[in-house]
Amino acid sequence: MSVAAMEALSASPTKVGRVLSPGGVEAWHVRSDVVPLVALAFTFEGGAAQDPDERPGVAQMLARLLDEGAGPHTSDAFQERLAARAIELSFNAGPDAIGGSLKTLVRHLDEALELLRLAFAEPRFDADAIERVRAQTIAGLRYQQNDPGVMASRRFFAEAFPGHPYGRPTGGTVESVAAVTRDDLVALHAKVIAQGRAKIAVVGAIEPAALALALDEVFRALPQAAPLPPVPPARIAGRGSQHVVEIDVPQSVIRFGTDGLSWRDPDFIPAYVLNHILGGGAFTSRLFQEVREKRGLAYSVGTSLVSYRGAAMTWGYTATKNERVAETLAVIEAEMARLKEEGPSDEELQKAKDYLTGSYALGFDTSTKIAHQLAQVAFEGLGLDYIARRNALVAAVTQDDIRRAAERTIGDGQLLVVVTGHPTGL
Amino acid sequence: MPDATGAATLRTEAAPFRQTEGGGPQVSSFTLDNGLDVVVVPDRRVPVVTHMIWYRNGSADDPVGQSGIAHFLEHLMFKGTNRHPAGEFSQVVSALGGQENAFTSFDYTAYFQRVAREHLKTMMEFEADRMTGLVLDEAVVGPERDVVLEERRMRVETDPAAQLSEAMAAALFVRHPYGTPIIGWMHEIESLDREHALSYYRRFYTPENAILVVAGDIGPDEVRRLSEDTYGRVTPFGERPIRRRPREPEPRAARHIEIADPKVEQPTLQRLYLTPSSRTAQGRDSAALELLAEMLGGGPTSYFYRKLVMERGVAVNAGAWYMGSSIDDTRFSVYAVPAEGVSLADLEEAVDGALKAIPAAALEADAVERAKTRLVAETIYSTDSQSSLARIYGSALAIGETIEEVRRWPDDIEAVTRLDLAGVAERFLVPPRSVTGYLCKTAA
Repeated sequence: MSVAAMEALSASPTKVGRVLSPGGVEAWHVRSDVVPLVALAFTFEGGAAQDPDERPGVAQMLARLLDEGAGPHTSDAFQERLAARAIELSFNAGPDAIGGSLKTLVRHLDEALELLRLAFAEPRFDADAIERVRAQTIAGLRYQQNDPGVMASRRFFAEAFPGHPYGRPTGGTVESVAAVTRDDLVALHAKVIAQGRAKIAVVGAIEPAALALALDEVFRALPQAAPLPPVPPARIAGRGSQHVVEIDVPQSVIRFGTDGLSWRDPDFIPAYVLNHILGGGAFTSRLFQEVREKRGLAYSVGTSLVSYRGAAMTWGYTATKNERVAETLAVIEAEMARLKEEGPSDEELQKAKDYLTGSYALGFDTSTKIAHQLAQVAFEGLGLDYIARRNALVAAVTQDDIRRAAERTIGDGQLLVVVTGHPTGL
Repeated sequence: MPDATGAATLRTEAAPFRQTEGGGPQVSSFTLDNGLDVVVVPDRRVPVVTHMIWYRNGSADDPVGQSGIAHFLEHLMFKGTNRHPAGEFSQVVSALGGQENAFTSFDYTAYFQRVAREHLKTMMEFEADRMTGLVLDEAVVGPERDVVLEERRMRVETDPAAQLSEAMAAALFVRHPYGTPIIGWMHEIESLDREHALSYYRRFYTPENAILVVAGDIGPDEVRRLSEDTYGRVTPFGERPIRRRPREPEPRAARHIEIADPKVEQPTLQRLYLTPSSRTAQGRDSAALELLAEMLGGGPTSYFYRKLVMERGVAVNAGAWYMGSSIDDTRFSVYAVPAEGVSLADLEEAVDGALKAIPAAALEADAVERAKTRLVAETIYSTDSQSSLARIYGSALAIGETIEEVRRWPDDIEAVTRLDLAGVAERFLVPPRSVTGYLCKTAA
């Protein structure tokens, strides 16, 4: 093991504390006084998977409406209060959660927290705001309607999770967004934005005692959470099948996928190391080397592990000119098969672990990034000590672990493949 | 991953900070004997450094007929030297747990790594080595050109909106190379070869033409020692290469262009104005344009959003931006997305109506104050990010600004008056300086 990796193992990238408010609201906290700001990240369990079956897009519209008027403030007044103090507040919806973040200068913290409280507890859902957000959402969907990458992803998820909430587009469709009602928004808000549902992380120039009081101020007004209907477990479907979405463009976008492992699975870390070797985000990955570096087939190529509450998969992406789609797919499939059969060399495995342990701290270099990392770890239920433990977990991965992870992810090598473009020779 | 910075998405690179508030970093600078400029930005929060080398050449310095060469060379810089064969640098960065990338813009090209502080010297050795030691085999040049062609296909050839952005810039800059895409035109990229790359490399990759920026857990004395030991050994060329940039003629014709494509389901309206940059502006004009862009188009409390989206309902979104951080005259953009049933021509009329009313309607005191607050706060927020700080200083110096000018930026913004704002709107946001673009659908 290199010196770098040993040092990285002993040092946690950041010191995280737990703050419990008098009212029972928990947040993870990193104190930092260097920059006079506070960053807060939050994640409420329950996202687009909770949308009504026939009207996907409710969760995303809800996320976009939380800062469009709340309490006594109309949308414009609310936005003006944020802007006048340069408070940055944003919300987003994913398949399993509605999350977001708040960033403010310390001297405007009280106002920022009050606006956050109003956005959570008392969104107005005024008719004009709903119509404006609806129009913006539909314009956004139309804008992307024939984007080859968006088309490929949309088809990929539909094929991978037929009849399942994960198979629907998170942002909905032009038709479904047009049909969303105020009642849909109010109902989902009541269901999701509730006490006990949120994971909260706060980073910056704030004392634990002050934070504890602030947490009660912001979250006490929310209703207690009732259990959510669980997302049914699903496994990627259609492996071994190939789908072409025809569109007249010179380059085809390729999406491919197979089984994955969820973040909570004991084999997740080995699968994560394996994914780094196969197609993780460095110039050294096998797919980067074989597809881009040696053959010039594509600008971007890679794979990642997708971990949802009810499903997990290995997901890959690339794009190449229409004439080289078949060649590109053949290279990818061969590399995956070779990695599964032969495994990485000992040196390759060691280098991957060195990179993953050494670079972990780089994701903790801004307050907002730290807050998001913490909220994510909390959301996945990995525990407050995960950040301190994580590098040791990576360092402990053996060739046996990698073989097991390869068996459970790459498996028989059958991929679900979606190609958008005008591929030739497939 | 070698990455061409998309100009259309680039707002202002320089969102610097004020020294009085939050302390601000104690930035220092010096120059090595061979002419290399060095900037050190301390950030002691984590034992990590951001190591960046900036070259004072970008796509606007591409020789005529060789558009894309700056960006192509940026890709080729990862192909190894005599001392370190192809891939070794990336392998080492990766094994040390570091991250790396590079980007090309109109006025500069930059390479960076983020590593634990104890690995800084290793990064400097590799980076200094490839400043003059690049070796290009014919065998690596061809596949890498294919990579760039795929990059262009991905970013532009499959996207009508990107094609409109390119066409508008090409129409706005009738003489200046800012009208040529950073990545290059397809047919010219196809003809770039090893000789083009090497001759460009020899001209621009010299210590005198570079700026080293180190941000992170380290002080100036140590950076000086490490950089003298590494970069200091690179032989100087003798003088800094001269950038020869043609100047734009005084614009006279309002231009209208259109991309009609069967893939377009959502039309949009774009407008560009030729304006001074932070380097060419007189007096407070550049700061005023910066503030004007924020007031007109910086989010849901901006003038355009309120006027066109909230009040009149002719648009679902509207905004503005200004690319102030440029060596030569630059672009100010206004855009709007029409509401259902509103034609682009009607929307354009509404935009022009709103623009005409600027001095009276748009420049209320509290709106000016709000825009200033937001811009100045950005500078404090930027001190939270080591990489942002490194980029702010690197890009500013690469276009010829000084550290003092970066520091003064918030004060310059505060100093802008209502009169300044009305003045720049009146002088620069006028039809002869404009290109208007329609993105719309044709029958398939």
